Amino acid sequence: MSTILELDGVTKNFVKRLDAAAKLARRLGADVKEEVVHAVDGVSLKIAAGEVVGLVGESGCGKSTLGRMVAGIMEPTAGDIRYKDRIVSAMEKQAGRETALAIQMIFQDPFASLNPRMRVQDIIGEAPILHGVTSRADAADYVAQVMERVGLDPEYRKRYPHQFSGGQRQRIGIARALAVKPEFLVCDEAIAALDVSIQAQVINLFMDLREDLDLTYLFISHDLSVVEHISDRVVIMYLGRIVEIASTEDIFDSANHPYTQALLNEVPRLDVRGFDYQPIAGEIPSPLDPPPGCHFHPRCPHATARCREERPQLREIAPGRVSACHLNDG
Amino acid sequence: MTDDTPTLQVENLETHFFTKDGVAKAVDGVSFSVGRGEIMGLVGESGSGKSVTGFSILGLVDPPGKVVGGKVLFQGTDLLSLDDEGLRRLRGNRIAMIFQDPMMTLNPVLRVDTQMIETVRAHDPSVSVDEARARSRDALGQVGIPSPDERLRAYPHQFSGGMRQRVAIAIALLNKPDLIIADEPTTALDVTIQGQILYEAQKLCRDTGTALIWITHDLAVIAGLADKISVMYAGRIVEQGALDEVLDHPAHPYTRGLLGSVPGHNTRGKRLYQIPGMTPSLLKLPKGCAFKDRCPHADQACEDAPEITRPVEGRALRCVHPQVDLAGVAS
Repeated sequence: MSTILELDGVTKNFVKRLDAAAKLARRLGADVKEEVVHAVDGVSLKIAAGEVVGLVGESGCGKSTLGRMVAGIMEPTAGDIRYKDRIVSAMEKQAGRETALAIQMIFQDPFASLNPRMRVQDIIGEAPILHGVTSRADAADYVAQVMERVGLDPEYRKRYPHQFSGGQRQRIGIARALAVKPEFLVCDEAIAALDVSIQAQVINLFMDLREDLDLTYLFISHDLSVVEHISDRVVIMYLGRIVEIASTEDIFDSANHPYTQALLNEVPRLDVRGFDYQPIAGEIPSPLDPPPGCHFHPRCPHATARCREERPQLREIAPGRVSACHLNDG
Repeated sequence: MTDDTPTLQVENLETHFFTKDGVAKAVDGVSFSVGRGEIMGLVGESGSGKSVTGFSILGLVDPPGKVVGGKVLFQGTDLLSLDDEGLRRLRGNRIAMIFQDPMMTLNPVLRVDTQMIETVRAHDPSVSVDEARARSRDALGQVGIPSPDERLRAYPHQFSGGMRQRVAIAIALLNKPDLIIADEPTTALDVTIQGQILYEAQKLCRDTGTALIWITHDLAVIAGLADKISVMYAGRIVEQGALDEVLDHPAHPYTRGLLGSVPGHNTRGKRLYQIPGMTPSLLKLPKGCAFKDRCPHADQACEDAPEITRPVEGRALRCVHPQVDLAGVAS
């Protein structure tokens, strides 16, 4: 399979600028520095065409920021994003626009991501008309066709978002993304806000769309059961860094990184009854002040002196499998 | 009261919301009981009435909602017959509630110690402030908050989401309640934090005999935690029984549908079972069985509202077409 998307050392820093009082204090000699959050810290990843890659991590690990950079909503501070072997930030206008259309994003909250004052036909139809995917004259038919594709009754195209349930709204969001004929979908917690039975409907819809339209997915979620169900490959992030990448089977059957192992151990499962929870010690450290060396060492049961000092690199531990842990050095 | 009196017994609870569009029967004849040290999972989707059931038990339903019928027996006393003062004495003392959003419990402008000491002393003024502080510190330690002495002096906004929820749980535990009602307490939390909280909940029930009602939509959490389970749909309990019985031999088509739609290990790469349609509005419930429009087995018999049947000991079911021969399974 050919690589459709490649991230090379992608980094995103957020800087909290000093306010007037802090600037004054610094001028008077106080030790005040700008605070920098390394939301995404040197991430490299290749995604093949037609693949579903699950991106997993806890709050604050940078998975949404990464997704936004892939979707072109944010620019990386450093590093390159290549789409079909071309660096996105260096593309000329036309190619840049085509790439922006080719990569679409579906958001978590179907209540916040749709304009409440627009009718469904405009929400779905606006972008394809603007970008010439369809003409204004054919727009009504085109919108009806896209709505049917995601399981919405085209009868409802004159309604407003508030007249739909949560599951239907998420379908509107999906229809809006599909309307510009994308090749790559970034789903950021796209089913987290939905009820169990509706979740199943939307997951099945994603699987159908993948088959019918040859889509590639970056599926961001904190829900490991959903990721296990839907993904071909899984990427685990912790505090801005990737700690492990492997096939879904390898991750769930024989996780390598201690963080992945701990995370999997906490996932409630239907077939495990009367489970004795053995919590991971401690909290996720603040990304403002991440621990040195391996970010996970303060919570890791196997941490050694080396883990406290040296950042472990992502290394291949088996074909198609990488992990960032000093333990793999034997 | 004898030892086998359940901690909480709810009989035919009915809570209705009187809206301008009609009466919504949010809780419509719900019955269950929870014994000492027992954990019951109350499972349902949005609008099934699971949270309103929890609020009704504690007398926290605001107009236009009203508890219109049934009994809520807490250690033999009917909570519905108590006045506000009587309820206030019990709440936060013998019965505690944990909400999905910890900021429902915590006051943002008061330090954690102020709030915790107040909780102790409101129910027992003879406890000195120092003693109440010591108890608060122990409670924070119990839910796994590091350096509790320092954290007592912090404000709620200085805690992370998971920590805040743990503070809310510590407050619920302060007076060693006999019953805790937890409404989706881990839904907004990360898996590792959820694991820590489930661990504390389990330990508490085992060690102190506290009865726990865990309200959630997440069947997997219930599978690891509860002793028994009640499944709600459109204001009614449709299936109820011991955890293993219900999860291994679900008889109601809705329970089966829910279980089939949970993704995970065994569903990798397959299509998930999907329940067609969506939850009906409580104002426009279909006549007869509320689930019949989404049910693959519905027929003429479902036009009449099904009654609760008890096919085997400890099992309740509201369906005329059970999908498992429960008597056969039991024997």
